[in-house]
Amino acid sequence: MASGVKPRVKVPKTAAAGDEITIKTLISHKMESGQRKDGDGNLIPRSIINRFVVDFNGQNVIDVTLEPAISTNPYFQFDATVPESGEFTFTWYDDDGDVYETTKKIAVS
Amino acid sequence: MKRARTYASIATVVAAMSATAVVADADGDQLVVNGEIKMVTEAAAADHLENLDTVYSGWRFRADETQAFQMDDFDNPAMIFVEKAQEVWDTAEGSEGKACASCHDDSESMKGVRAVYPKWNETAGEVRTLEMQVNDCRENQMGAEPWNYTGGDMANMVALLTTVSRGLPVSVAIDGPARETWEMGKDIYYTRYGQLELSCANCHEDNYGNMIRADHLSQGQINGFPAYRLKNTKLNTVHARFKGCVRDTRAHTFKPGSAEFIALELYVASRGNGLSVEGPSVRN
Repeated sequence: MASGVKPRVKVPKTAAAGDEITIKTLISHKMESGQRKDGDGNLIPRSIINRFVVDFNGQNVIDVTLEPAISTNPYFQFDATVPESGEFTFTWYDDDGDVYETTKKIAVS
Repeated sequence: MKRARTYASIATVVAAMSATAVVADADGDQLVVNGEIKMVTEAAAADHLENLDTVYSGWRFRADETQAFQMDDFDNPAMIFVEKAQEVWDTAEGSEGKACASCHDDSESMKGVRAVYPKWNETAGEVRTLEMQVNDCRENQMGAEPWNYTGGDMANMVALLTTVSRGLPVSVAIDGPARETWEMGKDIYYTRYGQLELSCANCHEDNYGNMIRADHLSQGQINGFPAYRLKNTKLNTVHARFKGCVRDTRAHTFKPGSAEFIALELYVASRGNGLSVEGPSVRN
């Protein structure tokens, strides 16, 4: 596992039905592009988060493909309309096969 | 100096009237972090400041987008480094098997410390910066290797110690035994260095609010340090910033952690007495 990887998510705890809420996500990751060379001239192998997915109650909300030019600690912010109470699932896929997952509950009144 | 300032203000007004106006003094924005920590970004200058009436945090000189980064901890990229330091705080290291937390408990217990540093240390008989105290703890309490003065570990730890004091007014003591060091720092502040023959005051006192090429000059306050800079995407320490500034005058710089920079830090910190501890801030 790549070191120092930690997902962070900010979702409001409550919302009114049909409200558009802002969701912020950040994952600390070095996002090594695979283009750089080390001190001896050898290529540093690519190691990035290549996919980011958000689901709400099992339904897909967004699905993002990340490319090597994306800088360190990728940050995503997006708006979502929440029809009912439920749970957001955030999933990040690492090049090395690791999967990082975080969930957040939201109560809709 | 007061006169120079007036001319600068007139220039600002003239510039503001032309269509190409880019120069501006500190803006009028209010800084509230996480919707709860109200920061003082403008204060009456301390009595010892002969050439300024009002002191402004560097935050007030930044563009709205940059300012916004600092208004929410989730958006503030520096908080990643603070979290790293929190882990270090709880991790035992060195021959004594101690962590910071072994003696100091929760990092919240350090609330108020950042605001009064650099500070005279009676036992050591010298003015000490927060970095020196951290390394003193590491060497003498933990039996661990001292950190590089401006290195990543040190910047992170100082950022953590700063976070818990956010919102408190900077209040460094400049009287008593610290006076001599403070006078030395003041001397350095007003001494012209390098091939460009610039003193700190030439930019940060006579010309704050004006542009230096593409940069909007602030008063050079250090209440927001360690600062996350967008240009290098990491935390920057006070002494590393001093070094950068002196280098920009094309001078041989003093070393981070040197007696000169410690004195300068005490003096510059005292210029910001009354402003809130704001670090870790986000700057260009």
